[in-house]
Amino acid sequence: MLGLSRNDFLMLLFVLFLVAAAPILLNPFPEGSSLAQFNAGYPDLMQRFLIFGIFAIGFNILFGLTGYLSFGHAAFLGAGSYAGVWMLKLLTINVIPAIIVSTLVAGLFSLAIGYISLRRSGIYFSILTLAFAQMSFALASSVLQPITGGETGLQTNLNDPRILDGANTTGNIPAPSLFGWEMRESMQVPVGDWLWTFNVGYYVCAFILLIAFYISIRIFRSPFGMMLKAIKSNNERLSYTGISPRPYTLAAFVISGMYAGLAGGLMVSMDPLAGSERMQWTASGEVVLMTILGGVGTVLGPVIGAGIIKYFENIFSKINDNLLHGWFSFMPDGLEDFMVAVIHPFVGKGWHLSLGLMFMLAIIFLPGGFVGSLHNVFSRIFRKRAQ
Amino acid sequence: MTVALEVKGVNKRFGGLQALNDVNLSVDEGRIHAIIGPNGAGKSTLLNTFVGRLKPDSGSVIFDGKNLIGRLPHQINQAGVSRVFQTPEIFADLTVIENVMIPALAHRDGIFELNAFKPLRRETDIRQKAVDVLEDLGMKDKLDMVAASMSRGDKRRLEMAMGLVQEPKLLLLDEPTAGMSRADTNNTIEVLKHIGDSRGITMIIIEHDMHVVFSLADKISVLAQGTVIVEDAPENIKGNVKVQEAYLGGAH
Repeated sequence: MLGLSRNDFLMLLFVLFLVAAAPILLNPFPEGSSLAQFNAGYPDLMQRFLIFGIFAIGFNILFGLTGYLSFGHAAFLGAGSYAGVWMLKLLTINVIPAIIVSTLVAGLFSLAIGYISLRRSGIYFSILTLAFAQMSFALASSVLQPITGGETGLQTNLNDPRILDGANTTGNIPAPSLFGWEMRESMQVPVGDWLWTFNVGYYVCAFILLIAFYISIRIFRSPFGMMLKAIKSNNERLSYTGISPRPYTLAAFVISGMYAGLAGGLMVSMDPLAGSERMQWTASGEVVLMTILGGVGTVLGPVIGAGIIKYFENIFSKINDNLLHGWFSFMPDGLEDFMVAVIHPFVGKGWHLSLGLMFMLAIIFLPGGFVGSLHNVFSRIFRKRAQ
Repeated sequence: MTVALEVKGVNKRFGGLQALNDVNLSVDEGRIHAIIGPNGAGKSTLLNTFVGRLKPDSGSVIFDGKNLIGRLPHQINQAGVSRVFQTPEIFADLTVIENVMIPALAHRDGIFELNAFKPLRRETDIRQKAVDVLEDLGMKDKLDMVAASMSRGDKRRLEMAMGLVQEPKLLLLDEPTAGMSRADTNNTIEVLKHIGDSRGITMIIIEHDMHVVFSLADKISVLAQGTVIVEDAPENIKGNVKVQEAYLGGAH
């Protein structure tokens, strides 16, 4: 089916089901219940799941297959974001040109950076990419202010030209849309105590994630993908086999850069604002964590990893002391205060601490990430059954 | 008889050690040429200069009318020279069949091909070629094994399959039977003989096992202290005084 093996096709269907039903699956707790804050089924967060999923899928094509660890992929996300906002400002408020152009701009940008960085491998490659990304960040927040809006960021305005739409300087700033459907439009469906929100922008992201995921499976299962795995396994041997590894790694670098640009384009299509902090090294590090946590080199891992990290970022950071006191109110006063004091550093602004702990545990106990470990467990079970 | 490989005046110095000292060698087309010599004679160093791993200080290596010196490893391979390494150099994380399909694809598609959308399992011709070679080497039951989990002997046979699947004009074998059992060694001799006869591949073989050398070689070069001291037919090598001196240190 679609040029995929049976297992891969089933996996694609599984992802299709997950993203299509996410507004329902991610809202398991009734509205207004004490657990409702663990619901993740609101458009803003769900869009981020998918956008960072795309970012991580692309990153995994480079890191998972070739083993080249880039610490500068946020630069491509940022470049894509700026390109996307400019399209929304200059051309049309329709998101399609923004998404396409942001992908292409990031592709060109990654071609230039990749061409230079791939002259080195290992830690030197990582440091080169990090240096380029930090330079891009510094340029975007200072010298390039006319293009990037500096530290305040770049956003759409009422008096933007929007050549294709015809200038419109009255009323509100138009919201990004797809042929009239605004990305921020949502349909709310109350079912019993539950409230499900189906958002236009979310389903646009979902559609694009499925395409991105499909392309990534095809790359993983192609001769090109096998060459990339061979680069990770034994780069030198490959050249004695008649293959020049450099163009292969560069192609992988550009493809993953384009995925990052696509993610950036989608980000500004959902919320037309691009800031330079999107290019900072913490953002580059985040996608590394997502990929490793989900499972490096697995097809599905990065999507899962992106979901996990974005979920904890949003949910843990929302828990405050009042909530904690509420949870432990059944305890005697002293104990209650003690419990709140213990948990306090791990939630709210300190959610990074929880993330760090989770990451440590995953690295130690789940080598291969969530998906890699699940795969190991399953293959062990099936092998036992076969014997 | 045409000459497949002509080595002229190759020198290589590592600091104070003259590893290769004016090496001259000519390998006839379609023949099996053995290079023997005591440890440290410079056999592997010489092979490294053929495949672009080492650049000699002077001299030339002419193959098919082209000087191989200064070319990159993948260019030399694409010119028709494949090498089997002394310590197995394989793609340890990939399966046996993938290990052999990679060189087969390189042979068909050249140094770079962006075939990122074609499913690998549709490459039936390439796969069949790989399976055939692995079958010749008695590894058909190990196609889907991860290469790293194999015995040393099997890794050597796998590497030989990787070289053979490219249908090279010149195959360089660096101790192909080291680490193999007697039975596997004999089997490998048969395979190499068969390939030499049927496909007419020129082979250069470095070997310590004299049983292998005298079973296979049409011509033998003896290398000692970086120089070719004798180049002759196998039957004339055994009794040669210079050769005995080289191996026994000349202390008599």
